[in-house]
Formats: sequence, structure tokens, C-alpha cells
Amino acid sequence: MSEKLKTTNGGVGSFLLRIVRQQIFIPIAALLILVLFNLIMDPSFFKITLSTNSAGNPVFSGYLITILDNASELAILAIGMTLVTASSGGQDISVGSAIAIAGSVLLRVLCGTNSRPEVLQAPIIVAFLACCFVAMLFGGFNGILVAYFRIQPMVATLILYTAGRSIAAWINNNELPIISDPTFGYYGNFIPGIPVPTPIFIALACMIIIALVLKFTNLGLYAQAAGINAHSSRLNGINPEVIKLISYMILGICVGVAGFIKVTRFSTINYSVVAKDIEMDAILAVALGGNALSGGKFNMGASIFGAYVIQFLTTTLYKLNVTSTALPAYKAIVVIVLVVLSAPTVRAKLSVLWKKIAPKKDVKEASADAA
Amino acid sequence: MQPKENAPRLKQNRVGMSDTNLLLLITIVVFFVMYTCAVVFLKSGFLKPQTFFNILNENAALIILSCGMSIVMISGGIDISVGTLTALVCMSCAVHLDHNGGNVVTAACLALAIGLAFGVVQGYLVAYLEIQPFIVTLAGMFFAKGMTTIVNATQFNVANEQFQALKSTRIYVPGMGSVTKKGIYVPAYIEIGVIVALVIVVVLFIVLRRSKLGRGFYAVGGNAQSANMLGINVKRTKFLSHIICSLLAGIGGFVYFMHVGSGSPSHASGAEMNAIASSIIGGTMLTGGVGNIVGTFFGVLSLSTIKNIVSSLGLDEAWWTNITVAAMICIFLLIQSIVLSRKNSKKS
Repeated sequence: MSEKLKTTNGGVGSFLLRIVRQQIFIPIAALLILVLFNLIMDPSFFKITLSTNSAGNPVFSGYLITILDNASELAILAIGMTLVTASSGGQDISVGSAIAIAGSVLLRVLCGTNSRPEVLQAPIIVAFLACCFVAMLFGGFNGILVAYFRIQPMVATLILYTAGRSIAAWINNNELPIISDPTFGYYGNFIPGIPVPTPIFIALACMIIIALVLKFTNLGLYAQAAGINAHSSRLNGINPEVIKLISYMILGICVGVAGFIKVTRFSTINYSVVAKDIEMDAILAVALGGNALSGGKFNMGASIFGAYVIQFLTTTLYKLNVTSTALPAYKAIVVIVLVVLSAPTVRAKLSVLWKKIAPKKDVKEASADAA
Repeated sequence: MQPKENAPRLKQNRVGMSDTNLLLLITIVVFFVMYTCAVVFLKSGFLKPQTFFNILNENAALIILSCGMSIVMISGGIDISVGTLTALVCMSCAVHLDHNGGNVVTAACLALAIGLAFGVVQGYLVAYLEIQPFIVTLAGMFFAKGMTTIVNATQFNVANEQFQALKSTRIYVPGMGSVTKKGIYVPAYIEIGVIVALVIVVVLFIVLRRSKLGRGFYAVGGNAQSANMLGINVKRTKFLSHIICSLLAGIGGFVYFMHVGSGSPSHASGAEMNAIASSIIGGTMLTGGVGNIVGTFFGVLSLSTIKNIVSSLGLDEAWWTNITVAAMICIFLLIQSIVLSRKNSKKS
């Protein structure tokens, strides 16, 4: 249908071509294919039911809700990762370890020295702020190495990647605190009376905040300027070092929020497993959004969208009874197909091919119409 | 870091040292200082030559992986798939030997074939389709990780006799043995993997120094555009760098397999980061164009020596090892950053 429109009507054809060239096209196309695939395989994938959970609250359940819920951390991380990628031309591979640290700090503040507290030692909001602050400091550490010592981002963050989980274990003396207070679980699961998982709201809040920041400050523009050419941005009166540092600290705050969600989901933490390999998914989200990993221009919406596409893919694979250990293999194939299709050289070749095929089709269809 | 300036700079260059050699010197000095300190202050273990040979035995695979990583990094790329590729090779060889009744030679060929296949695909995507190497090898890492569990999901030991004989082969080093408390002379030994690793280090050192391809890696990593103008086939060079890296990961996987003698999805987890860290400690820069195989070799040794020192200090809680390793990477990076920036500011 769309092909016919493209060839018979030049206006619509060029409109479609413009959509295809849009940065956000690849993640949207990927999502559409996944949706279509699920519709064919099992339409009940999209069913959302209102049921009662073990605490007696009405909650929505269904695969779509699960996807939105589980993608929250990834979407939040994608925000920070996009900024870091844009401004420094590299990626932070320490976010998973930093989440372990943030979660550990959160539990340490809440529990004090006792690992099984009857009552919380501090208000949750204080612990949340402390965990965000510590995560921001570690982000700042990465930022200083990258911005002022000119170390390549991946190498600089390798330090925290190696040490992070050990530091997290050290903060809590290698104990695994468990919080029994039910209000703590509200943030990672459901608030009584509200049938939508709380992490969705937290992710939404983060998106609104970053949208406002990008709208009312020059952060986005400056980050792009620093990423495209640090030298010329300096000549234009922007301090690229400060911009890089700020973007790493913003990623730190994102890590703090993501760590908060991760810990509140289970009210405990496992240092060696929590948020394992999430850094790879976060970088993947940025890449799926069509952002150049070498820095420069970015599209925040596309990155966040990419995060949801990744979670959609993961959930789809789980539904097809793929075991969690074998999951990466299938994911890799999808990723390769996506990046190959979105590679500039491939797209250039495809468009040449398209031009060769298109006129022939026109003739064929014209003859078919005549007949 | 490129010799952009003209005559006066060149003259100074002849007197001074190149970045590569300077970073190499730092690494070697730090390694020897560290090992000497260990011998002086922690006499017990480090005085025995066997301790040193054990470091080699345990890290033969890592040396091979790091060499491949260095070549990719010198030519301006990155390969984060080598760790899980090692696990995949181990598992495939283990299944091949145990369940399919293969022999050691076909297992070795299988290891090479897996490495080559990964290298060709990843190299083609990176070099000819111009996709970012990080994403391509990230996908490679995921794929190898998933495939390992698809081949076999659980750990098992290989009982193949031929393989056991190969695994337990020890090459004794004359004159390096030690006498135990009971007065029995125990000769020092190394495993076959160490010989393989050393041969690879020497061959790659010569290739990088002397061959056209080796100089091409430096040129492409330093500045791809200038390399292109010099008539170097940039795409082909990048393609070959990935093939060599993955092929070495295949060999490294087999050496690792010979050392542990089992297949498991958790084998060599994090080896890619260790390889990157070793390369960095050895003075290879991720921006490309700077690096040395001998430095990488000493990088691996430094990394494992510090791990041994930490564990012999009695701080055997797992977290101390990681924190010290991270601190060491940090210090090395800062030294490199400071030295290079001071050197550059002096010149300009």
C-alpha cells in the first residue's frame, strides 16, 4: 500500500522519504515491527487486565505494563548517557557499578549499622537525596578524568567499572540489608490505590525535567557544541570542560534515581548482580536512537524511545520462552540488523538501489492500471 | 600527538622519545619496582621463581587477548567481545571433545574457526559498513554470551585423555627450581600456553615494528585521513586488525581452555575489561596510534602482580583486589595524561 503511494504520488513519496530520513525512524520502525510480530504471534500480548495483587490493591497487569515498568531505569539512564555521549564523544561504562554504589548508600542511610532494621533510621527522602548526591559525586569523578585529564571516556570510566561493585559491598560491610518497612516498597512497586507501577511515574518525571532543562537552558546546544568541536566551542565562549563535567554529573543523578528504583523494587540489594550489564543496554539505547556515539548532535527523545524498544524486545523474547541466559544471542542479532540498516553507508546504497528499482515499478504499475 | 609540525619538531623528536616508547618505559619501570618491592617486603612467595611462572601460567590467555586488543586499539578501534568469545571457544571445544568425540587437533581448529568467523563479521561491519566498533563488538559480546549457553548451559569438566595429557604437560625451566622445606628439589615449570603466548608476543612485536601492515595500524589509528592520503588502504587495515584480534581471542580461548580444562558460561567473564586495562597500563591509548606489544605484555604482568600482592597481604576479601586494580589503572592514566600533556606543552 505504502509502496504504491510512494511511486504513484510524488508528494507522498517525498514525504515518506523525509520520514525515513528522520533520526527517530529506526527505533519507531523497530517498535512497529515488534508490535506487528506480537500481534501475529499472540494478540493477548497487548491485553491489560485490572487485577488485585497480594497486598489487596487493584493493579493493572499485562505485558505492556511490564515493559513500561521495567524500562524505567533504562530510560532514565538513557537521558544521562545521551548527554554524556553528545558532549564527550564517549560512553560511561560504569553506570551499572555506580547503581550498586547508589543503592548501597541508600540502604546504608536507611539502615544505619543494623542490617535488619525494625524502623527506618532516616526519612526515605533524605536517603534518596544522599544516594543521588553520592552518585553525582562519582559522576563528577568520571567527569573530571574525562574533561580535565583528557582521558578517553571509556577508559576513564573503566576505573569505576572495576571498583564500583567492590566499593558498594564495602559501604555496607558486605552485608545485604533488607528493609521490611512496606512504604519503602511503594517506590519500586505500587502505591496503594494507584494501579500503575510507581517507576513509570518516576521515569515520566525525569523526562519532563530533562525536557524543561533542554527547553529553557542552553545545555543541549552547548553539549552538542562541545562534542562536535571542543576547540571551536571554546573560541565561541563556551567552556567545554565544564559542559562535559556537568553532563557526567547529570548522568550521576540519573544513576542515583535508577539505583533508587532498583533497590526499592526488592527492598534489598545484591552487589554483584544488581543492574548487571545495564551500561551496555543504556549505550545501545543511545545508539538505537540514531545518535552518533562519537558525539555531537543528539536527539533525547529518540534515545528514550530506544530504551523502551530494547525492553519491548527483551519482554517479547521472554514471552517466546527464550531463557534469560540465551537471551543475549537473539538480542545481538536484532541489534546487528538494526545498526546495519541505520548505517549511513548502507542507507546510501539502499537509496541508490531504490532509485534504480522505483522507475521500473512505476512503469509496471502504470501498465497494470492500463490493463 | 601526530608529527604535524615541521623541521624543528622533527629534530627534537630524534633527541627525545616517542610517546610509545615513553609510555612503555613507564610501564616496565613500574612493573620492576613493584615486583622488587614484593620480593623485598613479602619475601615468602615472591622470591621463588615459580611464583613468577605461575603468574605467566595463569595469564597466558590474557596476554594473548591483550595483544589482540592492543592491535585493535592501536588502529583506533575497540573490541569488547573477546571475553565472552573466550567463554564460547572454551564451551565449544569442551562439547566437541567430550560429547562429539573429537580430538585435540580438531578442537584447536574449531577454536581458530570461531575466532576467524567473529573477526570476519565484526571486521566487515566496522571497516566496510562503517558502524561504530563499540556497538558491533557489543553485539558480538551479547551473541557470544548467548551462544555459550545455547551450546551448553552448565559447567562441566573434560575427560578426554588426549586433552588431559596436553593440559598437564609441563615444560621445566632449568636452573629455576626451588627446594621445599623437606629438602626436595621442585623444578619450576611453565605450561604450553605460555610458550604460545610468548611466541605471539614476539611475532606481533616484529610485525608491528617491521611490516608494512604493522606500520599501517599505527598510521590508521593516528590519523585515518592522512593514512589514506599516504596510500594505505584504511578499510582493509581496520578489517585486518579486527580479524587478528578475534583470531587471537580464538587462540587465547583455547589456551584458557587448556589451563582450566572445562567449559562454563562464566569463564573469562570480564576478560575484555582486563585486556583493555592491561593494554592501557602498557601504554596503548584508546585514541589510537600509540601502543606497544611489549608494553601490553608488561601490562598484564603488572596487573596480575598487583592482584597477587593484594591477596598475599591477607586482604583476601574480594573487594580489595578490585579496588586496588582500579586505583592502579587510575594512577597509570593520570601519569600518562600528565606526562603527555607536559611533553606536548614543552614542544609547542
